[in-house]
Amino acid sequence: MSHLLEVKNLDVKFDTDEGRITAVENISLSVDQGEVLGIVGESGSGKSVTAKSIMKLNPGNTSYNEDAEIILDNENVLQFSSKQDLKKIRGGKVSMIFQEPMASFAPAIKIGAQMVEQLLIHKNINKEEAKSISINMLKRVGIADAEKRFNQYAFELSGGMRQRAMIAMALSTMPKLLLADEPTTALDVTIQAQVINLIKDIIKEYQMGVIFITHDLGVIAQVADHVAVMYLGSVVEKGPVNEILKNPKHPYTKGLLQALPDINNLDAPLSPIPGNIPSPLDRPTGCVFRTRCPHHNPEGKDGKIEMKLIEVEPGHWVDQCGIKCGQNG
Amino acid sequence: MGDNLISVNNVSVNFDYQENFISKKQKIHAVNNINIKIKKGSFFGLVGESGSGKTTLGRAILGANKISSGNVIFHDEERDYDLTDMNKQDLKEYRKKAQLIFQDPYAALSPRMTVRDIIAEPLEVMRITNSRQETDERVRDIAAKCRLNIEHLRRFPHAFSGGQRQRISIARALVSNPKFIVADESVAALDVSIQADILNLLKQLQTELSLTYLFISHDLSVVAHVCDVVAVMYLGHIVEMGPSRELFKNPKHSYTKALLSSIPSIDPEKRSEAIELKGEIPSALNPPPGCVFRTRCPNPGVDCKGGEIKMGLIEVEPGHWVDQCCAI
Repeated sequence: MSHLLEVKNLDVKFDTDEGRITAVENISLSVDQGEVLGIVGESGSGKSVTAKSIMKLNPGNTSYNEDAEIILDNENVLQFSSKQDLKKIRGGKVSMIFQEPMASFAPAIKIGAQMVEQLLIHKNINKEEAKSISINMLKRVGIADAEKRFNQYAFELSGGMRQRAMIAMALSTMPKLLLADEPTTALDVTIQAQVINLIKDIIKEYQMGVIFITHDLGVIAQVADHVAVMYLGSVVEKGPVNEILKNPKHPYTKGLLQALPDINNLDAPLSPIPGNIPSPLDRPTGCVFRTRCPHHNPEGKDGKIEMKLIEVEPGHWVDQCGIKCGQNG
Repeated sequence: MGDNLISVNNVSVNFDYQENFISKKQKIHAVNNINIKIKKGSFFGLVGESGSGKTTLGRAILGANKISSGNVIFHDEERDYDLTDMNKQDLKEYRKKAQLIFQDPYAALSPRMTVRDIIAEPLEVMRITNSRQETDERVRDIAAKCRLNIEHLRRFPHAFSGGQRQRISIARALVSNPKFIVADESVAALDVSIQADILNLLKQLQTELSLTYLFISHDLSVVAHVCDVVAVMYLGHIVEMGPSRELFKNPKHSYTKALLSSIPSIDPEKRSEAIELKGEIPSALNPPPGCVFRTRCPNPGVDCKGGEIKMGLIEVEPGHWVDQCCAI
């Protein structure tokens, strides 16, 4: 069976003044129709870079490796270079919603005009049709007075409303894949709950594939079907959400879960992961997590074990060094 | 006043607001008639959504916002300070004793100063130390307590990660030897793995230096973990207040209940148990009369729907206070 999206052996490197930075190394992921893949990780783990690669939105100093493939709908996105081809993915087959909706809308153009503009680019329709599609979409995401909001500017809307408008805009072109980059992080919990429910309803209704990026394991547990845990540009563990959260194998995944304050278990001590994320300029060789790993396996400590995911249970993949560490501790 | 460090009595903070120069002047009721007592050595939590007035209240207690009515008393060992009636000398003294830790460690530290200078600045500004040597000693002492290395002191903030920067901010807040610390969303900008580290550090410093905290946060799980008393704010009012375990185990106000249920559970099998609140927090320019929460309340009573019940806290269990609209 072919997946809606398949990322194979992707490396992403940036050339900077200080040298070549490895942002993402050897990542393989897949998303099916109607499925939500959650990507979790701390800041600097390469979550957003991975998502942006799918739309080729990374800046000009980016280089991808030659044997990498990003297959979307049976086409390799990485080989697209003409404007025509890129237009097909950016906003056409793939839409993206961002963390800060205020920064994603142009401040001096009415929300309606922005929605109509992108529809005219991607769909073969006239302005009137685009307007009615947009207003219907605004209604669908739960915005009251959609006609009025259509003629307003982004600053006139509250945070939750703006995020809804952003979702409406992303969905109006009927993309096959939705990339949601921390869409609820800037929102209050009560609004976050509203937006999560909305996203779940919409996925069901339109049967899209979704990549949901967040640093919040709670949000992941609520929305995702599968999870990939990223650290410093590598996937250290991936699998079905239940399996990863209830039966984590990699010390980093375990550490993340233990560091999270759980309101149902107030007696559990908060255990931080010691140390800091290393700079991507001196990325550790071998297992990327070894500088902060609580129970090294002796071979992993020297960086002699290469990163490689191994299937421990059906569908549950863990980095080989992490499996040994997990067994020791 | 026995074992209280801070008493907040009927404090309201209003801001003047004028949309443009021809429109009428209006008042924003940011904080309304708040009464809290913060015990010595306690970790007092203040939670609420954005726009609920938590930060304004915190700043008012520090004397950084003007208090419109009511007063704040700081009970020091020798004497009480009344914040609404303070001369310059008193304010200077008070600033040494009450300090603030900010949210964003990237914005709070000057990029042009070394870590040593950043931490030493309060000592120099407040003329606490008399010689450079004494300053250096205090800086080194507090840096060690905040788990910073001596060689870190010579570097500039850009060389540090978020967690280390937050430790520098904490060291700066603590260097004047304060008794009272307002921590305003001090872990919100940090990754979870680092957040736990900073929370543990705050706890440890509390016992070491006998500090009292006002911990402002929107994250209920964090507050539940570190605080011993919690007040829940909504639209400028405290709607529920009590010992943290009691309050989180046995919430009485519908807003607290909704907030708690909105926290995404990390158990994938417990999906969508959230009590969904409709709409958003109303504007503080014209808050609804009566119970401020009634426009979003999932189960409003007949009386509060009309806004006939006034806001006011009632003690339902010893130390557990709930707004009367929901308590009845």
